[in-house]
Amino acid sequence: MMQADTTAAATPGRTEFFTDGASLWLPPQSSTTAHEIDALFYFILYASIILSLIVAGAMIYFLVKYRRRSHADRPVDVHESKLLEVSWITLPTILVLIVFFWGFQSYVATSIAPSNAITINVKGQKWAWSFEYQNGIQGFSEIWVPVGTPVRLEMTSQDVLHSFFVPEFRIKHDVLPNRYTYVWFEAPEEGTYQVLCTEYCGTAHSNMGAKIHVVSRAEYFTIIQNGPLNGGPVAPAVLGEQLYTQRNCNTCHSVDGSAGVGPSWLGLWNAPRPGSEQGVADEAYITQSILYPQAYFVPGYENVNMPSYDGALNEEQLAGLSAYIRLLNGAATAADTTLAASADSTQTVNAQPPEGGMGDPGVPVADPVAPGEREAVREDETLVPGERR
Amino acid sequence: MATLTPPAPTQTPPREARSYPVGHEPIHNYLREPRPADDVRGVARAWAWVKSWALSVDHKRIGIMYLVAVAAFFSLGGLLALGIRTELFSVNGPDGAGAIMSADTYNRVFTMHGLVMVFLFIIPSIPATMGNFLLPIMVGAKDVAFPRLNLLSLYIYIGGASLALVALALTGGVDTGWTFYTPYSKETGTAVIWMAMGAFVMGFSSILTGLNFIVTIHKMRAPGMTWNRMPLFLWSIYATSIVQVLATPVIGITLVLLTLERTLGIGIFDPALGGDPVLFQHFFWFYSHPAVYIMILPAFGVISELMGTFSRQRVYGYRAVALSSVAIALLGFLVWGHHMFTSGQSPVSSVVFSLITFLIGIPSGIKVFNWVWTMYKGSVWLKTPMLYALTFLFLFTIGGVTGIMVGALSVDIHLHDTYFVVAHFHYVMMGGTVMAFLGGIHYWWPKMTGRLYNETLGKVSALLVFLGFNMTFFIQFIMGSQGMPRRYYDYPDMPWLEPLHRASTIGSYVLGLGLLVVLVNGLLSLRKKGAKLAPGNPWGGATLEWTHTTSPPDHHNFHHTPLVTHGPYDYEVLFRTSGDSAGTGAPIPNVEVGAPQEMDQQIDDGTSQPDSALDM
Repeated sequence: MMQADTTAAATPGRTEFFTDGASLWLPPQSSTTAHEIDALFYFILYASIILSLIVAGAMIYFLVKYRRRSHADRPVDVHESKLLEVSWITLPTILVLIVFFWGFQSYVATSIAPSNAITINVKGQKWAWSFEYQNGIQGFSEIWVPVGTPVRLEMTSQDVLHSFFVPEFRIKHDVLPNRYTYVWFEAPEEGTYQVLCTEYCGTAHSNMGAKIHVVSRAEYFTIIQNGPLNGGPVAPAVLGEQLYTQRNCNTCHSVDGSAGVGPSWLGLWNAPRPGSEQGVADEAYITQSILYPQAYFVPGYENVNMPSYDGALNEEQLAGLSAYIRLLNGAATAADTTLAASADSTQTVNAQPPEGGMGDPGVPVADPVAPGEREAVREDETLVPGERR
Repeated sequence: MATLTPPAPTQTPPREARSYPVGHEPIHNYLREPRPADDVRGVARAWAWVKSWALSVDHKRIGIMYLVAVAAFFSLGGLLALGIRTELFSVNGPDGAGAIMSADTYNRVFTMHGLVMVFLFIIPSIPATMGNFLLPIMVGAKDVAFPRLNLLSLYIYIGGASLALVALALTGGVDTGWTFYTPYSKETGTAVIWMAMGAFVMGFSSILTGLNFIVTIHKMRAPGMTWNRMPLFLWSIYATSIVQVLATPVIGITLVLLTLERTLGIGIFDPALGGDPVLFQHFFWFYSHPAVYIMILPAFGVISELMGTFSRQRVYGYRAVALSSVAIALLGFLVWGHHMFTSGQSPVSSVVFSLITFLIGIPSGIKVFNWVWTMYKGSVWLKTPMLYALTFLFLFTIGGVTGIMVGALSVDIHLHDTYFVVAHFHYVMMGGTVMAFLGGIHYWWPKMTGRLYNETLGKVSALLVFLGFNMTFFIQFIMGSQGMPRRYYDYPDMPWLEPLHRASTIGSYVLGLGLLVVLVNGLLSLRKKGAKLAPGNPWGGATLEWTHTTSPPDHHNFHHTPLVTHGPYDYEVLFRTSGDSAGTGAPIPNVEVGAPQEMDQQIDDGTSQPDSALDM
């Protein structure tokens, strides 16, 4: 069984301004279409530099040559030159038309996905990205894709607008709640690339990142069969701790008592919650707050609009989060920190698709699973419903 | 006669010839009259003085009141910008260590920076201040066509601004970004309705001002002021007014729909109710892209005036410059979709919008070439306003060519919503409009206040602004093309951008210092003692506000209606004639051959009575 963390640690992504393949202006070209955009970028850049230098040079030259020497300077009358005026209308027109057609051509070349692309569904929500392979395996804030294969991302949003941006791939598209949009890329080399949200979406907009791990095909097949996080069964509190970062709880809730967007989890367990159904922050209260955040507002956080995780977390995960909160507050029971006896080795924490999960939008796509591995995937899938509680 | 008498000085006409008509000496300027009667004293006098301004329908006083308001809002917006840059100075540590504000505060700060700068400062900046003050004088009229409507516009603007300030007071501002994109603007808990209503109300001010200007230009031009003799400032204000009148209603309707969506849930923009968030973006940009031209076209006008006067040369390609303003105003309605290349609009429309976007770049380019060529064989006088004008030309060129960059379909996919776009529009809006605003304020300051500012301080400010601006925003081009998204509170995923962010932040402080120098310089020039009084025409301008009125102008602008006999940039005529149609107006500056005249030197042109404008 493969550990997800080791994959991520092997290729940490970009760490410095000057990295291999990056120039002063642009990040490394890590997709097969990046060069199309970069070529036009540099054409406009150099044309712009030349044009700006001409304007600045003429300005400075005239400034020096025709500076006012006496207050009685009476400049000669300059007659308008038709040739000059026509030339500085025509030349820029030709230049911008070249840029337009070039931009149009490379837009077409980069935006239409090849028909053999594999499809991965992407869902944006405040403030995390989740990914789902066609077989229902999910990844949270991390996705593994095969090297040298076109990948098409079908994207939608659960709440407000987001935008999916990978600078190294030169791809970007808004993610909307009422429609599916897509981007595609093909990464020729293995590595880890940063996903950024570029459409303002609220409090933790700047923390709404994700990682794309481009891995070998063999590694990719292992992951889509077993799930990216299959490190074997873990104790509920450990599961909760993993979810705390994977599902971006940490963007709003601290675990050290410091104030964040939402209340800290330190000191939360059994804290009085006057006015709520439960009266104190017990497991029922915590579960309800995760699934239906608007049901009760902690005083001082009335304006916070936490997204609902209804359908995004299963019972086991909810229990894990409660266990983690108990652990943080020194109230962990023995069951929280030990493995459940019934857990067997094929159990995965993420294998269960959420209710109302994103189906195939109807575009025929190539099977992401290698023909030889299909049997294994089917077995895996049949196991999952049997484990549902 | 054998006796030789020394030749009479030809440069300075005898004092008597230059005297002003009775009742029209510079002391009777608009700043002093109307004023409370001399026997009113104490609180009553103060109250009467306040009323004489607050209820004045004089376009000049209204322009000055706008100037005070937009200067205040510009300072507010600038302080918010410094807050943004200070927060971004470093990557925050774990749990927000090192942050000077929370993420929610930051989101409010950048939103309020955008809203204040766009709706409260830059849209009214040049049209409402210089437009109001100068447009009637430049056409040779006593006032705008509808003076009371003009005062109403001011109060509508103040009313709308107050609503925006209520939003600021209630929830510390709005956190939607100035674009109010749905569905976020529907569900956020901040005072979106107050802010939207503020922008809605201010829209009426914009529409009424535009109407007033259009009618004034059409109906109230002085005899001889043909369309082809109009200063280019008027042409650009005219083009702006067309956009204001036609585009502003759309934002009004959009903001009303947004308010209804929030209050009644009408389901036009909210996808949960069957609405479409992209529709909101279409509505919003249908106004807000033309609004970009509301912001930049008046700046084009100011630059034309500055390039002409300080080069003492006819603005090259007058017709091309004048008509390209109108072309930009009309084409500007057809390019809104270039804000939405990645938003989910149809790719076919993206292609069409990209093409028209490139076409609209051409008239702007023509203008830049014409302005630069205006200096050719001219007599270039490098004063503070000219420094700002040259700064404009340089920065606006960079803003323009980077506009080509983000207008190219495929390149925009990479650059959209990054700092590259932030830098691009700051180069156009701040490097363009604000530089023209500052240049114009320096140029017309003697006319508006009757005082000369300190030239050295003026040049220092121009230098600081130039350096600070480029340091702040040029770096943001690089950050943006490297992938730094806009509206980020922090950059935990890109800590390697920290040195660039730091440089940008330091640049913003330099820029802030430069703008502070401008403010101090202006205030210093208004001091009671030791201030330099301005002559009627300190720069040798050839438009009516310089040749036919005093500094500051008379309450009624002119002694009698001017007769316009030459074009706005016929500086040669100034050497031969002076004064208004009766030959009794303010003469041109007294010019001594061989000795370049520094502005700090008192120019004796007969307008600088020692008591002029002292008691304003």
